[in-house]
Amino acid sequence: MSLSFVSDKSDPVLLRRQLVSRVFAKVCRFCTWGALAVLAILLACVGWNAVGWLDWQFLTSVHSADPEKAGLFAGIWGSFWMIQLTVLFCVPLGIGTAIYLEEYAPRNLLTGLIKINLANLAGVPSIVYGMLGLAVFARMFGMFSKDGGQPTLYEIPGIMQFELPFGRSVLTGSLTMTLLILPVVVIASQEALKAVPSSIRTASYALGASRWQTIRWQVLPAAVPGITTGVILAISRAIGETAPLVMIGSLTTIFYTPGDINSPADLIRHPGKLADVPFSKFTAMPIQIYNWIGQAKRDFSHVAAAGIVTLLFVLLAFNALAVWIRYRASKKIQW
Amino acid sequence: MVEMAETSPSQQSDGEAAAIGSVPPSVSGVDRDMDMSGHSVAIDARGLDFFYGDNQVLFDVSLKVPERSVTALIGPSGCGKSTFLRTLNRMNDLIEGTQVRGQILVEGHDINQRDVDVVLLRKHVGMVFQKSTPFPKSIFDNVAYGPRIAGEKNRAYLADLVESCLRQAALWDEVKDRLNDSAMALSGGQQQRLCIARTLATKPKIILMDEPASALDPASTSRIEDLIGELCTNYTIVIVTHNMQQASRVSHQTAFFYEGRLIEVDRTTKIFTNPREKRTEDYITGRFG
Repeated sequence: MSLSFVSDKSDPVLLRRQLVSRVFAKVCRFCTWGALAVLAILLACVGWNAVGWLDWQFLTSVHSADPEKAGLFAGIWGSFWMIQLTVLFCVPLGIGTAIYLEEYAPRNLLTGLIKINLANLAGVPSIVYGMLGLAVFARMFGMFSKDGGQPTLYEIPGIMQFELPFGRSVLTGSLTMTLLILPVVVIASQEALKAVPSSIRTASYALGASRWQTIRWQVLPAAVPGITTGVILAISRAIGETAPLVMIGSLTTIFYTPGDINSPADLIRHPGKLADVPFSKFTAMPIQIYNWIGQAKRDFSHVAAAGIVTLLFVLLAFNALAVWIRYRASKKIQW
Repeated sequence: MVEMAETSPSQQSDGEAAAIGSVPPSVSGVDRDMDMSGHSVAIDARGLDFFYGDNQVLFDVSLKVPERSVTALIGPSGCGKSTFLRTLNRMNDLIEGTQVRGQILVEGHDINQRDVDVVLLRKHVGMVFQKSTPFPKSIFDNVAYGPRIAGEKNRAYLADLVESCLRQAALWDEVKDRLNDSAMALSGGQQQRLCIARTLATKPKIILMDEPASALDPASTSRIEDLIGELCTNYTIVIVTHNMQQASRVSHQTAFFYEGRLIEVDRTTKIFTNPREKRTEDYITGRFG
């Protein structure tokens, strides 16, 4: 019998198999392009609405009742300081936890439970972290506020004054955001540490290195790109989060920046203002956008669109940075 | 692989072939009939039992290693020779659930005592692994790593030390112009010699080698063997090898392990010509393993 590869139209089984194959490919293609199309339409609408509104005046003005004069200035600085503090809290805590869990902790039931639950914590809705932040940081269970919920003023003589509880301050916002992204940072750091080949550790120990020296000089340098990528992605999530900030009651109409620092030059001239930043009331970019969308005047939709474009730009910049770091690292270190 | 090492070097084309033409019956520097009765004992294992969890892998191993000589550990896969090697600088500590019983005296000190600092022990008893494991750093930093973590900061001293270690490892001429290049760019054989240089930099007295040449091509293997022959005038070397000819070429003393027990240990020439035990003879002649 001669062998032929010519398509046999009369074989129903073969026809069916090929049909299923073609249909599946089309479904997958539709999924991809369909999602992209929706995203493109959204971006186009927002961009169209923002045209003519996203200008220098918008970036340098605080909120105003007049949409023509409203701007994102307070939100930009609020987000900036909140993220600075979040990084300050989150990076040492997150990396330290990951190092402990991967390099030091004995493998027992407790550490096993912690590892499993980190993944669960990363999936907890952000509004829940908002409630936690409200109770723990903003109000401190009502411990320090006397009658009527007024915060108590404390003073470290000559250095600074601060209020307990933290109230609607930048500090409350950043501590809440720290809780929110900590699991993500820990998990990303753990993965980066796990990816370092154990032969490197063994070789280091064999040369008489202590555990800390092995971590400091071999494991961490190799893991830094992975850790950095994870931190940046977590941070970009924190920049965009709205719900926890709504929950802890960050202000929506505010006419000054945290610590009243309005430019880098301000900071250089009056570095003392830095101490006021954590305890200032603040707003953040997503909160400001959320507020504008709810405004009665129709033109505020354009203001909100301008805010969204700004926020998207910042987020894309952060993601690009993460991609760039990963790319550089992959070129630099090959096992 | 061994047979290949002894065939024509002209088939080797990666530039390391120069040394292979002169592979002697015994590697130069190794006098296999050397009288070791005058050598003091560097390592003295007494009644060593070793467990992974409940699984006992070494049974009552007692072995003396004379100083400034090469001792080869041979035996089929899973016979416990690598495990035994790793007990000698307590690398098995890194594996959870292991347990060791019996004594190991290194220069007369029991290294399994609680007050022994493994950091100091491993500085004294260096180790070279089967898979070369250069750190993703420059060649210089790889060699300088050991002294640096031990606190050495003097740059001139480090530079001298790196050079002398690379010379001892027969690598200096190949890398002297690119000490700041990544060690990852070296060939497999060069990487392994770098690992040996790196080990020498911590100034050990004893060097443990776990199949140091098994992942290398014949030319590189022969260079490593020559190197062992040179190093054994100053260092005590214990080498695990799957390669019987390699054991016979480089070692003064050979220990045959089988199923977790030390079957026989004697002068290499004796083991390979007239072993006492039937199992040793069967293994060496290739009847099993």
